[in-house]
Amino acid sequence: MDLNARIPEGPIAEKWDRHRFEMKLVNPANKRKFTVIVVGTGLAGGAAAATLAELGYHVDCFCFQDSPRRAHSIAAQGGINAAKNYQNDGDSIYRLFYDTVKGGDFRAREANVYRLAQVSVNIIDQCVAQGVPFAREYGGTLSNRSFGGAQVSRTFYARGQTGQQLLLGAYQALERQIGLGTVKMYPRTEMLDLVVINGHARGIVVRDLLTGEVRAHAADAVVLATGGYGNVFYLSTNAKGSNVTATYRAYKRGAGFANPCFTQIHPTCIPVSGHYQSKLTLMSESLRNDGRVWVPKQKGDARRPQDIPEDERDYYLERRYPSFGNLVPRDVASRAAKQACDEGRGVGPSKMAVYLDFADAIKRLTQKGVADRYGNLFEMYERITGENPYATPMRIYPAVHYTMGGLWVDYNLMSTVPGLHVIGEANFSDHGANRLGASALMQGLADGYFILPYTIGNYLATAKQPKVSADHPEFKRSIAEVNAQTSRLLSINGKHSVDEFHRELGLVMWDHCGMARNEAGLKKALGLIPEIRERFWKEVRVPGVGAEFNQNLEKAGRVADFLEFGELMCLDALTRDESCGGHFREEHQMDDGEAKRDDERFAHAAVWEYKGPGQAPALHKEQLEFEHVHLATRVYT
Amino acid sequence: MSGSSAATMKLTLRIWRQKDGKAAGKLETYKLDAVSPDMSFLEMLDVLNEQLTKSGGDPVSFDHDCREGICGACSMVINGRPHGPRKATTTCQLHMRSFKDGDTITIEPWRAAPFPVIKDLSVSRSSFDRIIAAGGFVSINTGSTVDGNATPIGKTDADEAMDYAQCIGCGACVAACPNAAAMLFTGAKVAHLVKLPQGQVERSGRVRNMVAQMDLEGFGSCTNHGECSEACPKEIPFDAIVMLNREYMRATVAGKE
Repeated sequence: MDLNARIPEGPIAEKWDRHRFEMKLVNPANKRKFTVIVVGTGLAGGAAAATLAELGYHVDCFCFQDSPRRAHSIAAQGGINAAKNYQNDGDSIYRLFYDTVKGGDFRAREANVYRLAQVSVNIIDQCVAQGVPFAREYGGTLSNRSFGGAQVSRTFYARGQTGQQLLLGAYQALERQIGLGTVKMYPRTEMLDLVVINGHARGIVVRDLLTGEVRAHAADAVVLATGGYGNVFYLSTNAKGSNVTATYRAYKRGAGFANPCFTQIHPTCIPVSGHYQSKLTLMSESLRNDGRVWVPKQKGDARRPQDIPEDERDYYLERRYPSFGNLVPRDVASRAAKQACDEGRGVGPSKMAVYLDFADAIKRLTQKGVADRYGNLFEMYERITGENPYATPMRIYPAVHYTMGGLWVDYNLMSTVPGLHVIGEANFSDHGANRLGASALMQGLADGYFILPYTIGNYLATAKQPKVSADHPEFKRSIAEVNAQTSRLLSINGKHSVDEFHRELGLVMWDHCGMARNEAGLKKALGLIPEIRERFWKEVRVPGVGAEFNQNLEKAGRVADFLEFGELMCLDALTRDESCGGHFREEHQMDDGEAKRDDERFAHAAVWEYKGPGQAPALHKEQLEFEHVHLATRVYT
Repeated sequence: MSGSSAATMKLTLRIWRQKDGKAAGKLETYKLDAVSPDMSFLEMLDVLNEQLTKSGGDPVSFDHDCREGICGACSMVINGRPHGPRKATTTCQLHMRSFKDGDTITIEPWRAAPFPVIKDLSVSRSSFDRIIAAGGFVSINTGSTVDGNATPIGKTDADEAMDYAQCIGCGACVAACPNAAAMLFTGAKVAHLVKLPQGQVERSGRVRNMVAQMDLEGFGSCTNHGECSEACPKEIPFDAIVMLNREYMRATVAGKE
């Protein structure tokens, strides 16, 4: 497997400029002769599809939702980072780069992260020009706040709905191109296979979710922007439809999968209330700017929070990390909450929660001041829990939120399959082993608006592949395979629902490959997952037929992939015998319980190559070099 | 604290079942026991679907995705009201504590000709996408921009633009309207962009094209019932329709560009 990252030569600040000059361009008159497939319409996919069409390419764009506007980027609340230094507080491109590499616990590629910080400033300009209603100051300038793990105010936001407003900006740009006929949009259409011809990605096979028709689409290049795989845990903050199918099936066709064990657990989510729980809801971590996290000092203290006096409370983040306090990075905050609950100091009916208290903020800012900042989040909390967070502290607990792992890509965002590009959360990206708050939106839009549209041109100008049509035998073979899997799923006719297996897998993943992992647990999971998978293929019942709108069948296909992918995640977590960022191996911790990296052995991206059904995948490594941000232990005390 | 209350509820559900867009549909009755008040409405339907699946039945189709009130996918008329009894709440954010033990709940899809039923409670809302494609954007290509702070925008204007921009495109406004008008949806986008300097250049063309598309899709006209704004889970103000009418008059009768 070729893992040459193709990082341009020269000083880090000049690499992207130099690369843009050196890349081959496609003549404007020739662009319309190229068709690019974009799968997924979130921030990365929507931005890429719109921009590629503006440049003159023909784009075929796909999403499984009923409208491109509903992609899961829409749920991001807090904000988007950019190194504008509008607040004159010492921010710079270099500082954003530095913070991202360090926050990622030194498991990201420096050159990519630097470029991300560079283009971050263009994103804000672009979104403002589209009419994104960012928060403003009275003087009319853009407003900023500081956000999880950053000591400067570089986060731009639109109330608690930043992801929604940025996505609607990209969606409107995309709809404009659809109206102009340069993008052909296929909503309610799910990618089920990647088709590789002569070593190059040449198209996809999809299922039309309305009619059940399975058909092929050929193109000159394929872009996957299909998001993350957090739903392997069943319970996560991801939308119910978010899945690993597109990237996993591309992996089976030769794309290397990098660092699948790197998952992010978000510290501020609403706790689980019962066995029927279908998903978890995140409360934006901007709440940590003003809320104070605490648990009772005494184990098993069952008093109401307002009855626990100040000196019997443990504001453990402020105590353990005095300079960052409640704003420590997500992985640190999540593990500290787990630790408090494991010690028996958790609160609420399940005892698996900690308090996030706004009493001091209300004293300082008044209730109206707090409502101005977080009103919609408070309402959401009240709707879900039936409790009023102005009067009683919120209860929060960590939940799976984001996956840093994904398909391996080089500097051009191209996977190990030539022509297959991967952007946004779907690639293994720029976040290393832990993503900083407000950086997902930044990366999605950077990839989609400002990076991929350049690099894909270089591929198209140099690949020189003959045109293929959807009649090619490889497409027919793939369609037959997809149809065979559909028939197999529908014919089992067992006694258990798809969700039962998904929940069972999720529990194994959460127990053994969640916030804390160890060798024994991971080995146990590697025994349990194949056993669940085997039962799934014998005992599941998928009602209905293939040639109809069949939500059960959609779900069954996605869970079948999760049941294979979960095993790859556990294998990766077992092989990475160190702790770093969100990957916490209990065997490797400092005396104070912090993650202990092993840079000698693991300063690399672990890239897995599919070797066929029943075969162990092969491990390849991309060694990471840290020339600018020197390897150091992350300290937030 | 309400937290998780132990008492569970027994419910009778009357759910619209329709095989596809061509078949006739009808309400079917289902009994559900042990419903927790802390369940969301969709989790209650998940439990029903799990029972139907395991007993050899056909689960109910419904659209949903984020389950946190922002994607706009969920779309059910509950006891005659789009998204059910709670104000400013999508179906996915509605919890069973809003109902009582022994209740009968009637669940139907959005009803409007421009939202044809696909199956059971799922409808197509692609007509909304086509209204946006007709003009609900600023025609700016990636890269051809000035600095974000080059054009100051007053906080009040930015806040008002945001009030309209938070529409989630769910279609409850259409489902609630006796005329199946899409004027709150269309007006929200027109108002969002007209509040901002970026929206000025295409101001007249935008409203003309969006209204023309709205009519072409077969949405009705507003007769000032105000049901749309009442049903809107994001509380888009009825003023959006006033703005839409004013902008449309300005662009057509006054002929301003």
